Amino acid sequence: MIVTRRHALRLGAAGAGGLLLSGCDALNDSATFKHGLAGVGRLHEVAQRAIIGDSLAREFTEADMSPVFKANGSLRVADPAYRALLEGGFAQWTLRVDGLVHRPLDLPLSALQAMPQRTQITRHDCVEGWSAIGKWQGPQLGAILAAAGLLPNARFVVFHCADKLEGKPFYESIDLIEAFHPQTILAWRMNDAPLTEPHGAPIRLRVERQLGYKQAKFIMRIELRESLAGLYGGQGGFWEDNRGYQWWAGI
Amino acid sequence: MSLDSGPSGPREPVGGDLVRRHALATRLWHWTNAITILVMLMSGLMILNAHPRLYWGHYGSDHDAAWLVLADMDDIAFPGWMTIPTDYSLADARLWHFAFAWVLVLAFTAYLIWGLVRGHIARRLHITRIEWSPRHILHDIVEHAKLKFPTGAAALDYNVLQKLAYGGVLFVLIPALIASGLAMSPALDAAWPWLVDLFGGRQSARSVHFIAAMALVLFFLVHMAMVLLAGPVNEVRSMLTGWYRLPRDKGEAP
Ligand code: HEM
Repeated sequence: MIVTRRHALRLGAAGAGGLLLSGCDALNDSATFKHGLAGVGRLHEVAQRAIIGDSLAREFTEADMSPVFKANGSLRVADPAYRALLEGGFAQWTLRVDGLVHRPLDLPLSALQAMPQRTQITRHDCVEGWSAIGKWQGPQLGAILAAAGLLPNARFVVFHCADKLEGKPFYESIDLIEAFHPQTILAWRMNDAPLTEPHGAPIRLRVERQLGYKQAKFIMRIELRESLAGLYGGQGGFWEDNRGYQWWAGI
Repeated sequence: MSLDSGPSGPREPVGGDLVRRHALATRLWHWTNAITILVMLMSGLMILNAHPRLYWGHYGSDHDAAWLVLADMDDIAFPGWMTIPTDYSLADARLWHFAFAWVLVLAFTAYLIWGLVRGHIARRLHITRIEWSPRHILHDIVEHAKLKFPTGAAALDYNVLQKLAYGGVLFVLIPALIASGLAMSPALDAAWPWLVDLFGGRQSARSVHFIAAMALVLFFLVHMAMVLLAGPVNEVRSMLTGWYRLPRDKGEAP
């Protein structure tokens, strides 16, 4: 067979494409390479932390709100204890705050509602790419943490949730900078009505400078920790442990 | 002649001469970009598979009107051979995309500084008054359509269509991709609200990001076609080694 230059080129292009693809997949399967990618990716956290300071996420007006706010992730909690609380309008529910604190707390919903409230209309950005604008109301997380009193070695705030995904308990975590950010609230109201189950009743976290997977729903317990190591998969959240999403959800 | 002098001494280079065409910085940037942009495109398409709909404005999700629907919500828009990685993983695609974003930004900035300081960009990409004239542009288009490319010393300078294409990539498409990519970050939006306002909202930025990526694909396809038509071996060698053999006139003896 005579190989013309055009043949050779075409073969070469197909070969290069194939090599690139299988090469990328081989690299993608290599733990070392992925570690490297994640390492470079962590530069985004370092750079963004330096850039964002204590800036506030934009707040919108009612006219800007999404007509329908998409609910995502767990839409229903199977746990019978949770279902009983839901039936009772969460009158029996309390939020446990413990770990590295001076005074562990058990706060009923009425206590959260009696605290000074913050209302904000903000944009929610899902890691998948979509955005929705909604109105949230609740006490600032910082005020609750201050009431509990942090021990000096507390570094992370972990949210333990009532839902399970793939048989695993859902949890998420943020650092103290985001936790004490003024727009970080435990929302019990959304769009002027009590939070519904698909959106995380009785309370969900709003941490407005981060992507949607950080906005933990169905929160039962807040735990202050020094490190995320040793907790479930050790990566700081269900999505981080089980899908490889980055703990820093600023982009 | 505006180029570095060839091996042939001070005489005007003619068809058949081997001349130095591409500076080392250009060659390095070119191949870094080739890899980086391909990786970013393929990982970007995987990211788009997670939500294959595009919107204008600040918000947009399944319940809102999309201007572009690439697939149903439970379907993927781009098959495995187009994406990095091949099998669906939004998390891994994001790792690739955001790691290579640093390469793109750092290489782009370095090249831009080098090109502006050394006067390289002004020398090679500056479009003169005459070149801007519609008659001149039309003439170049007609010549291209007839597949008539400049020969001899005239082949050393970029023609106006090349200048427009390369300038467009350098000054419009890549900056637009970087700016719209960063505008999708909720953290940076808090710090730099003007960035997302530049696009009219996060979903608009996402749409612009996609449009600019597709424009880059279009550039790439035309770029490949031109390289093939102009003589792929000579062209690729010049981008690898810097040395380029000036094309001869049809009538010239070999
Ligand atoms: C510094 C440079 C860049 C940054 C920071 C960046 C950032 C991003 C981000 C945040 C997304 C996710 C959008 C979503 O959630 O849906 C994305 C998607 C995407 N990127 Fe990039 N990107 C950059 C450069 C590029 C380049 C050079 C290309 C291609 C040539 C590209 C192609 C895509 C595509 C096709 C998508 C999916 C479609 C879309 O969301 O528009 N990106 N990029």
